[in-house]
Amino acid sequence: MEQALSPEKKSFLKSQPLVVSVFVAAFIVYPFLVSDYFIDIAFFFGIYALLGLSLNIVLGEVGLFDLGHAGFYAIGAYTTAILNTKFGIPILVLIPISALAAALFAYIVFSPVIHLQGDYLLIVTLGMGEIIRQALINNPFDLTGGPNGVFGIDFPKIGEYFVCDSSIEYYFLIWAIVGLSIVGLKSLQNSRIGRAWNYIREDEVAANANGIDSRSYKLLAFVLGAGLAGIAGNVYACKLMVVSPESFTFWESCLMFCIVLIGGMGSIPGVLIGAAFISLFPEIFRPFAMYRMLIFGSAMILMMMFRPGGAWPRKRGAVAFRSLLEGTGRTDA
Amino acid sequence: MHRRHHSSHDVVLETKGLTKIFGGLTAVNEVDLKVHKHEILSLIGPNGAGKTTVFNVVSGIYKPEAGKVIFNGKDITGRKPHRIVASGIARTFQNIRLFPDMTCLENVMAGQHCRGTAGLFPSIFKTPAQRREERRIRETAERRLGQVNLGRVRDELARNIAYGSQRMLEIARALASNPDLLVLDEPSSGLNPRETEDLMVFLKALIEEDDVTILLIEHDMNVVMGISDWVVVLDGGRKIAEGLPEDIYSNDQVIEAYLGKDDEEEEAHGAAAEH
Repeated sequence: MEQALSPEKKSFLKSQPLVVSVFVAAFIVYPFLVSDYFIDIAFFFGIYALLGLSLNIVLGEVGLFDLGHAGFYAIGAYTTAILNTKFGIPILVLIPISALAAALFAYIVFSPVIHLQGDYLLIVTLGMGEIIRQALINNPFDLTGGPNGVFGIDFPKIGEYFVCDSSIEYYFLIWAIVGLSIVGLKSLQNSRIGRAWNYIREDEVAANANGIDSRSYKLLAFVLGAGLAGIAGNVYACKLMVVSPESFTFWESCLMFCIVLIGGMGSIPGVLIGAAFISLFPEIFRPFAMYRMLIFGSAMILMMMFRPGGAWPRKRGAVAFRSLLEGTGRTDA
Repeated sequence: MHRRHHSSHDVVLETKGLTKIFGGLTAVNEVDLKVHKHEILSLIGPNGAGKTTVFNVVSGIYKPEAGKVIFNGKDITGRKPHRIVASGIARTFQNIRLFPDMTCLENVMAGQHCRGTAGLFPSIFKTPAQRREERRIRETAERRLGQVNLGRVRDELARNIAYGSQRMLEIARALASNPDLLVLDEPSSGLNPRETEDLMVFLKALIEEDDVTILLIEHDMNVVMGISDWVVVLDGGRKIAEGLPEDIYSNDQVIEAYLGKDDEEEEAHGAAAEH
């Protein structure tokens, strides 16, 4: 019946459960078929997917420009590194702690500046990202280890029964987190919070005039985005076992920005495509490694010119809401 | 001047000495307004008279330099816009401000936002209470969309629907917050005569059906004369006259404000309708 009403709006994900299952199955089987090298590539794909999802909340859902997102990533990674190496707190326990640390930092930094519009806010985020990186290099209180960073980070483990120390385990760790994040973010997209974010992106004055407290919702987006980036930092730190400031440069923030813009603002499948592009492309085209920035830059320009919605723009309409009149009556569309 | 048939206790909105200054310009100068329950009050005046500024102060977008806004007996002066919506005032904009890349239904659901309470974790985990609330938000929005006859475009993006429909969609969105006072900034602007006629019938009916009061900025004299219970005229930020529509229509001071002295009345209609 729905199909008859608006066939063009039928969600690909809903209409093709088989395709989706095949994809998920492929993801599960994949690491058993390939070498560690390719598993690691897929691991970093997962890290970028998580980072993309986290920036997507701020940039995609609310439309706030954030070019300092690597800062939150760094805070997550360093929180994990420092607390694990100095106090021996287990990595898995540090996942929520890293998220909270990054989220709290975002709250403190952005509370006073959240009213800034567009490019002004962009400059603040840019500065914030650089300040964090510089602070890490300057080794405050002898905590961050300066340019060398912190090393000797433990494996994630539960007692002695389960130690996550192989590529394949890290692969499942990161993709489990990405999977859970997607499920949570998907519910958020179809909730009053997700809509409030979108209203602000579309027209902030109108959003305010319709009862949306734009300040709180913008702050919430930053806090949540920072929290997810902090989790990505945690997993990154325990995978590499070492964190150093050079992993959290402005270039990383740019990559996350690319992921969201190339994939499609506010689109979760889009973020996955963007993350795939950013993380797999350099591996596939090794000979062109020199031209990486040129290619990403051109891709962004072409995207803006010919496909401003991104590779997989978010679909609206019948997808998000099934009509009550059609008798489904369910909100979890 | 005639008296309105209301007693003073059913005043919905009142402004006292409302003043708003931009730099050296006093956009609104000590304006007193009284909007009574179930009334349609039209605010008229030439361009730059300060009508929209009054609306922006009432809806919390601007803070006034002096004066008070009292709504349902409570002082709401200087409250944030979202709190004013929650207290029961909903508005539309002169230059339609929809959420263009969202569906019509989603647009209308915005109005229900302030009537919901689901926070972050209930939204992520879809608790039963959150599902119920979402369902209620959607039902209200669908009902409001139906009320303005836009049920058929519920899943269209707001940017893709006709101009006249966009005007009505904005009204539906305002109504979705179940307001006591509806503040409409030139709702008939850009509508053709038939759409304007429909709008007038709709607004009249709304007073009865939805227990609302309407404050209106309007340039189309046919609309002003056709539906207003009371008309307030602003010029240069000051209130220069108020009264029943028919009295305002023939008020010399009003005609002068619109056209300057000694102009023909016919032109007065034409010029007013043009805006």
